[in-house]
Amino acid sequence: MPDFILTPITALGHATPEVDIIGPWTITERADVALASLAVRRGRLGDLQAAAAGAGVPLPAAGAAAQGMPYSSFWMTPEMWMVEAPFASHEDIRAHLLPAFGDAASITEQTDAWVRFDLAGADLPRLFERLCNFDLAKAPAGAATRTVMEHLGCYLIKRTDSLVTVYGPRSSAQSLHHALVVAAQSVL
Amino acid sequence: MSQSNRISGGLIDRSRTLRFHFDGLPYLGHPGDTLASALLANGVRLMGRSFKYHRPRGPISAGSEEPNALVELRSGARQEPNTRATVAELFDGLTAQSQTRWPSLKFDALAINDRFNSFLTAGFYYKTFMWPASFWEKVYEPIIRRAAGLGSLTKLEDPDSYDKGFLHCDILIIGAGPAGLSAALTAGRSGARVILADEDFRMGGRLNAETFELGDQAGFVWADAAVAELSSLPNVRLMTRTTVVGAFDHGIYGAVERVSDHLIEPAPGKPRQTFWRIYSQRAILTGGATERPIAFENNDRPGIMLAGSLRAYANRWGVAVGERTAIFTNNDDGLRTARDLQAKGVDVVAVIDSRDGGELLPGIRHLRGAEVIDSAGRLGLSSITVRHANGKTEVIKATALGVSGGWNPNVNITSHHRSRPIWRDDIAAFVPGSGEIANLSVAGAAAGTLSTHGALVTGDEVARTALASLGLTATAANLPKAEDAPVRITPMWYVKGSNRAWIDPQNDVTVKDIKLAHQENFTSVEHLKRYTTLGMATDQGKTSNVLGLAVMAGLTGKSIPDTGTTVYRPPYTPVALGALGGRGRGQEFKPFRLTPSHKWAQEQGAVFVEVGYWLRTQWLPKAGETTWRQSVDREVLATRKSVGICDVTTLGKIDIQGTDAGAFLDKVYANTFSTLAVGKCRYGLMLREDGMVFDDGTTARMGQNEYVTTTTTANAVTVFRHLEFCRQVLWPDMDVQLISTTEAWAQFSVAGPNARKLLQKVVDQDISDAAFPYMGAGNITVGGLRARLFRISFSGELAYEIAVPTRYGDAMIRKLMEAGAEFDAVVYGTEALGVMRIEKGHVAGNELNGTSTALNMGLGKMVSRKKDSIGMVLSQREGMTRDDGLRLVGVKPVNPAAELKAGSHFLKTGVAAKAENDDGWLTSLVYSPHLGHYIALGYLKDGSNRIGEKMRAVNLLAGTDTEIEIVSPHFIDPEGERLRA
Amino acid sequence: MIIHHPILGPRDAQEFVYLGDASLIGRPDGLTASIEDFHNYTYLRDNPAGAHRELWYHEQGDRSWLVVTRNTLTHEILQVELARDVARAEGRSK
Repeated sequence: MPDFILTPITALGHATPEVDIIGPWTITERADVALASLAVRRGRLGDLQAAAAGAGVPLPAAGAAAQGMPYSSFWMTPEMWMVEAPFASHEDIRAHLLPAFGDAASITEQTDAWVRFDLAGADLPRLFERLCNFDLAKAPAGAATRTVMEHLGCYLIKRTDSLVTVYGPRSSAQSLHHALVVAAQSVL
Repeated sequence: MSQSNRISGGLIDRSRTLRFHFDGLPYLGHPGDTLASALLANGVRLMGRSFKYHRPRGPISAGSEEPNALVELRSGARQEPNTRATVAELFDGLTAQSQTRWPSLKFDALAINDRFNSFLTAGFYYKTFMWPASFWEKVYEPIIRRAAGLGSLTKLEDPDSYDKGFLHCDILIIGAGPAGLSAALTAGRSGARVILADEDFRMGGRLNAETFELGDQAGFVWADAAVAELSSLPNVRLMTRTTVVGAFDHGIYGAVERVSDHLIEPAPGKPRQTFWRIYSQRAILTGGATERPIAFENNDRPGIMLAGSLRAYANRWGVAVGERTAIFTNNDDGLRTARDLQAKGVDVVAVIDSRDGGELLPGIRHLRGAEVIDSAGRLGLSSITVRHANGKTEVIKATALGVSGGWNPNVNITSHHRSRPIWRDDIAAFVPGSGEIANLSVAGAAAGTLSTHGALVTGDEVARTALASLGLTATAANLPKAEDAPVRITPMWYVKGSNRAWIDPQNDVTVKDIKLAHQENFTSVEHLKRYTTLGMATDQGKTSNVLGLAVMAGLTGKSIPDTGTTVYRPPYTPVALGALGGRGRGQEFKPFRLTPSHKWAQEQGAVFVEVGYWLRTQWLPKAGETTWRQSVDREVLATRKSVGICDVTTLGKIDIQGTDAGAFLDKVYANTFSTLAVGKCRYGLMLREDGMVFDDGTTARMGQNEYVTTTTTANAVTVFRHLEFCRQVLWPDMDVQLISTTEAWAQFSVAGPNARKLLQKVVDQDISDAAFPYMGAGNITVGGLRARLFRISFSGELAYEIAVPTRYGDAMIRKLMEAGAEFDAVVYGTEALGVMRIEKGHVAGNELNGTSTALNMGLGKMVSRKKDSIGMVLSQREGMTRDDGLRLVGVKPVNPAAELKAGSHFLKTGVAAKAENDDGWLTSLVYSPHLGHYIALGYLKDGSNRIGEKMRAVNLLAGTDTEIEIVSPHFIDPEGERLRA
Repeated sequence: MIIHHPILGPRDAQEFVYLGDASLIGRPDGLTASIEDFHNYTYLRDNPAGAHRELWYHEQGDRSWLVVTRNTLTHEILQVELARDVARAEGRSK
């Protein structure tokens, strides 16, 4: 067996995540989250809900996110959620989830399909109104939506009034990061 | 430098002085001034030349309706043509130049056009420049463009940036005059989310330009207090310098905020302008009204302007436009101007009132039943000629003339969905048609309620109605007492005469042009507009449209409502293209997608090619290589000789799971996947329902109910969309779940005779041919890390694709190159990839062109007729299954040294190069370093029966006619022995 | 335009991709239908001035296919349904 290990880099291409502080806002790249999509197999919603309850995987309603430990999740599409877990403990997140859900769910690793940025600070709606059409000010904490920022399809999760998570396509991490930084400087 | 025409009062900050330049000369103004008000304060009336006749022009208005006073603002790369001086906010250091003149504003060589005006009438272009047609583009148009046209572009890149944004509200209020402020107070106090937008830099609308009181306060004081209260409400957003430019479907409005136009340059990181998309539940238009002129001979001289604007310059900006001022009016509002100016100490020499009766102004020479019939003054007004009621004429010296033909409600936005406004005789004006824009209501002058009291009351009323419809309760209103003068007007559109009387000064349309249009039977308003260009200039005829169609109504004998009106379209005022583009410019035009090996490839000096959003390595030059072909040939030869590596992450990957996953794939692919063994992959052909090939790629079965499908890079998004359609709509109860994993895995092709030896050094499991045979697929590990391996080949060599989670992709390419060093491994780019697939005879984008069938590609047998799949039935249509139809063939030049040209068509020897002799065409062409000559793929009629035939490849554009031989499309290893090695 | 998504509420039409006439739901079965049937299904469309049932895909949203009934004269949207529900109601369950 080969005697080496591969060393990961972040979506922005560095050894460690990038943090930008622009005015009242902090933009933090997050490489410490593992993701997997969890979809209901036909007619197995009850089994999936039971398994989720047992495994501690929340199944929020449409347009919502729910946080837990170790699993958080947000709604993606009817009968499909994205499950989040700490990368350090759950790197192979599918292997963690499969035993709990068996054949009631289709589970796909999504960790590296996405880049995640957390935006923290006051008055976040003023920043996001330059980026997407989502009505962040009106949305309650725990809202999750797909939206478009500078042509990029992203998931936006309002954790609290002062913390928003953006998941964007990993290959466009630099473009998305650029858009976030430019918007922050523009609104500042 | 003295502000000779500055008088007392006004909403300007006299404690600060701003310096600015116009046409190179220095002037002074104050904060609160516009460029126009500051120039007028300095005694400058002449600000431009007209579009066609190059007549001297000055401002006729004090707002965004301005047709005349267009200037080039700023200099260098920031120079902006056609800026209305009447809305350009003055700032320290402003520079502006007049336009449409040469060599100078006061002496303009093309003023000669004015002498030839009888040739330059309506329809002039259509009649004069008709023949010959070829002259239009080369001769006429360049000359016309130089002579006419407005300001010039610098052709330098705009150094500033523009933003786009999205706003949400319960109620959008457009216009912050008395009606808008009243509506905003009612809506804001109720707790509704309100946006109040106004194009001006100071809210208040006409209240800033009038002297009457609201309650016991000056109008602008009340407005200031209203703005102060609104800004204290967290649910109200006040947006000055923001023009709502269009009403779109379902409560969406577009607005341009001029964030930095009042600054010498934007602050770092800040945009010049922001284009807002406003989502509203309800909208209220309180856009006020625009005064219209009365046409008379030579009514376009600098110094002649709308009476209400003359009043605004005096009241808001403390400017007397002329020392001796006359007023020409057909309504009571003109009298108000006379009174206000007189109260300001301006010498009002006469009020020429076209009406016979009515109130007689005290202390002013009020000439009733009179008309202004002409004016004089070369570069600005010096006198007017008046015809009295008794028919006698009199020349009156005047340097300013205020003209009032009545007020037009600003209905513009209400007709953005094609609703036509309705004529109201009592105010002699069009008012908004009803209800065409859902959830938009209109109040105040925009609705034809022209008094201040009416504005306050109707603003409050529509806000209450809007709130009630949203389920919100309004608090009691506290409206101040305000003037409530009735509209007293006797319509009078133009003074009859034989010389030119201007209607649309920006496009130089006169009463004579309207008469000509009538004479030539262009009498419908839509024809009138297009034939004369009335209202088609940048101001969209805000001051001229109604006047023009009233003149036409007079000529045809129809009433104005029977004559009708054209509709306004977005934008309300001109919008910079930069604002519409936002940040999408240059490198920011679109996002980039970077492959996992991008960082490494960049370090190596790779040349990248844009493939959609992706940047892929096109080739990777080595030291000493001077042409791309050297690099590509080397990459191909090295791969075929030993081993090459290519980042193929960009191919779409779709994870397909569920108990019906196999059955689903059988539906969407022409061939069968339900029979594929776990741990194997298979090439698939996806058809459209019309039987044409949509996409191709390999699908691997990773488990009983789990497949991984790959798509072409170009179709990754559309295939996913199509599969969701099939899953949700066509077969809604199949147990199948889809998710894209394109970006989740960094995937590398490792191809060449030494591919296995190289990979065995990094893969933890045995991948010998026995353990991992051709078309095998499976989960493996790389240094203990979960990974996937597929034994598939696009190059024709022994090849694998290996995938690791994307964050490890950078380490993976480095590891592969390190392990490959002993085999002289190369990285190959998209060019070499293309060369090798053509050598192998694989189809790609050029062949998958949307008009090709499986049969055309020589893959007809892949379409299974034992099962229902998309496109199966229509692929069997008679015309698509003919034996002599197009077939994929290989092509090589008979002379190996000959070069083939892309785009060539195939013809038999000895026939003429005509379409009817066309036998097919070349689709993909490369130089094969392996074979040492050009090779190509193409579609040829009856191609599979013509192998060995000598033909010609003809390219009429390149002027080439090359002898070719039709060969098998598989130029290398036709038996596929290398793949299975 | 705003499309009132049955699950997600009002969403900007910019998030959607338009496909066309909702008659595309009624795909014939390839093993029993004729070429003519498929020809009609693939190519023949009504072009009503008024209410029109259309397929829209919420690509930049939740990936639901919707059947949107839209007045082609006014852009008024009269009804929005999940296409999967419509398909089931039209007997497309397997």
